[in-house]
Amino acid sequence: MRRSSPEGRRLAARARAGLRALFAALAVAAAPLAAAQGSVSEEIAKYRAALQDGNPAELWEARGEGLWRERRGPKQATLERCDLGKGPGVVKGVYAELPRYFADTDRVMDLETRLVWCMVQLQGYSEADAKRNPFGSGNDKKSDIEALVAYITSESRGVKMNVPLTHPKEAEAYGVGEKLFFFRGGTHDFACATCHGEDGKRIRLQELPNLVTKEGAQRAYTTWPAYRVSQGELRSFEWRLYDCFRQQRFPELVFGSDAAIALTMFLARNSNGAVFDAPAIKR
Amino acid sequence: MLTIAAIALAGCATTASDQEIASKATAILKQSFKPAGQAGLDRLEQDDAQRICSAAAGKPVSREAAAEIEKANLATIRYPADGKLVGDWRNGEKLAQEGRGKQFSDDPRGPVGGNCYACHELTKSELAFGTIGPSLYQYGKARGQSADVQRYTFGKIYNSEAFAACSNMPRFGYKGILSEQQIKDLTALLLDPASPVNQ
Repeated sequence: MRRSSPEGRRLAARARAGLRALFAALAVAAAPLAAAQGSVSEEIAKYRAALQDGNPAELWEARGEGLWRERRGPKQATLERCDLGKGPGVVKGVYAELPRYFADTDRVMDLETRLVWCMVQLQGYSEADAKRNPFGSGNDKKSDIEALVAYITSESRGVKMNVPLTHPKEAEAYGVGEKLFFFRGGTHDFACATCHGEDGKRIRLQELPNLVTKEGAQRAYTTWPAYRVSQGELRSFEWRLYDCFRQQRFPELVFGSDAAIALTMFLARNSNGAVFDAPAIKR
Repeated sequence: MLTIAAIALAGCATTASDQEIASKATAILKQSFKPAGQAGLDRLEQDDAQRICSAAAGKPVSREAAAEIEKANLATIRYPADGKLVGDWRNGEKLAQEGRGKQFSDDPRGPVGGNCYACHELTKSELAFGTIGPSLYQYGKARGQSADVQRYTFGKIYNSEAFAACSNMPRFGYKGILSEQQIKDLTALLLDPASPVNQ
């Protein structure tokens, strides 16, 4: 996934230049190691705060709203009658209650799989076509799913996470997600828990939320999707799972798979009570 | 005629047992991944250590289970036939910095590193280190270079679970991630008195 949009390149170049200057300054500092570590974390926090102004995610939100309202597909229909859990066409607050059980499909679905479902049912796309390009790369390969995710999630900003666990299939998805979270596999024996199972850890200089705790899950889950500066793209939660598994040396997580939904269920439910604050911006 | 199991399943809104959830999770896992690049579905097959450690779900395994895992993993360690365990620390530092290798996005013929800095502090000059594992700064200075220390260090990198069941650290030699020479070079990075780790 390489950024190829001029906008993305400029933003990424500015971010990289800023980081290079930051690390160069710290490398020549004569400060003791512990103090240098503290200031590196502080500086990165300041850098992130500075990025908040003018989040490029807004471009995806606008494109997503356009896609929601546009007549598309073989049926030339809009998505405005799509039921994301709070009734046909209701978008406000839906992400705070996903994943959830849907009676019409008799299964638990996350936002991405529900959007695919609506594209198939309402607009007449084949499932293969709807799932063809979940993660965009540059202006020539934009992802409709990512834009729709940006729009729908933006309509839950400020809403408290309130994922239900009333249907047996919701409880099962949560339990399966928890098992998968601790599943050690691949060449490196990594599980999600290997990096995300303890307080106060980081990989290189990237702080790692402890996703087994409520506080960690809340901080992490409420800030995805996000404009990922290093990708030059708006990235969804399914992308985050896909990219974690890639780095865990697993084979490829299938987009919209039951494992993706179950893990999302586990983490989203663990974040209940926290205020959703995305689309955000990350390094 | 309905069996007890069928009656139980026919009932509504009962909580599934842990075993049922575990079986469901295994089935879902198999359907939810596809082969990509050098990563086939065989990577989802667990050995005993992975299976037992996964089931522990973050809690320590029993003393008995830990002893069995350590014994089994100790038996996998292949020490160099020439008896030389310490290689070139300069190459070791490159390997410690190298984060690529074995991902489906990596070229199978491309560089494979230990990515040690992801989890460990090593040299003083490298500030971008992780904290998932303990600091290894001055590792050799603190321990010396006796044959026992060399054997432990080489062995730990070869198969970390030989010494700590369910360790978070990859089993670099046993799982074919790093070659014997690469492990010798990392051993040197840690033990060689000239290594920047020991300055």
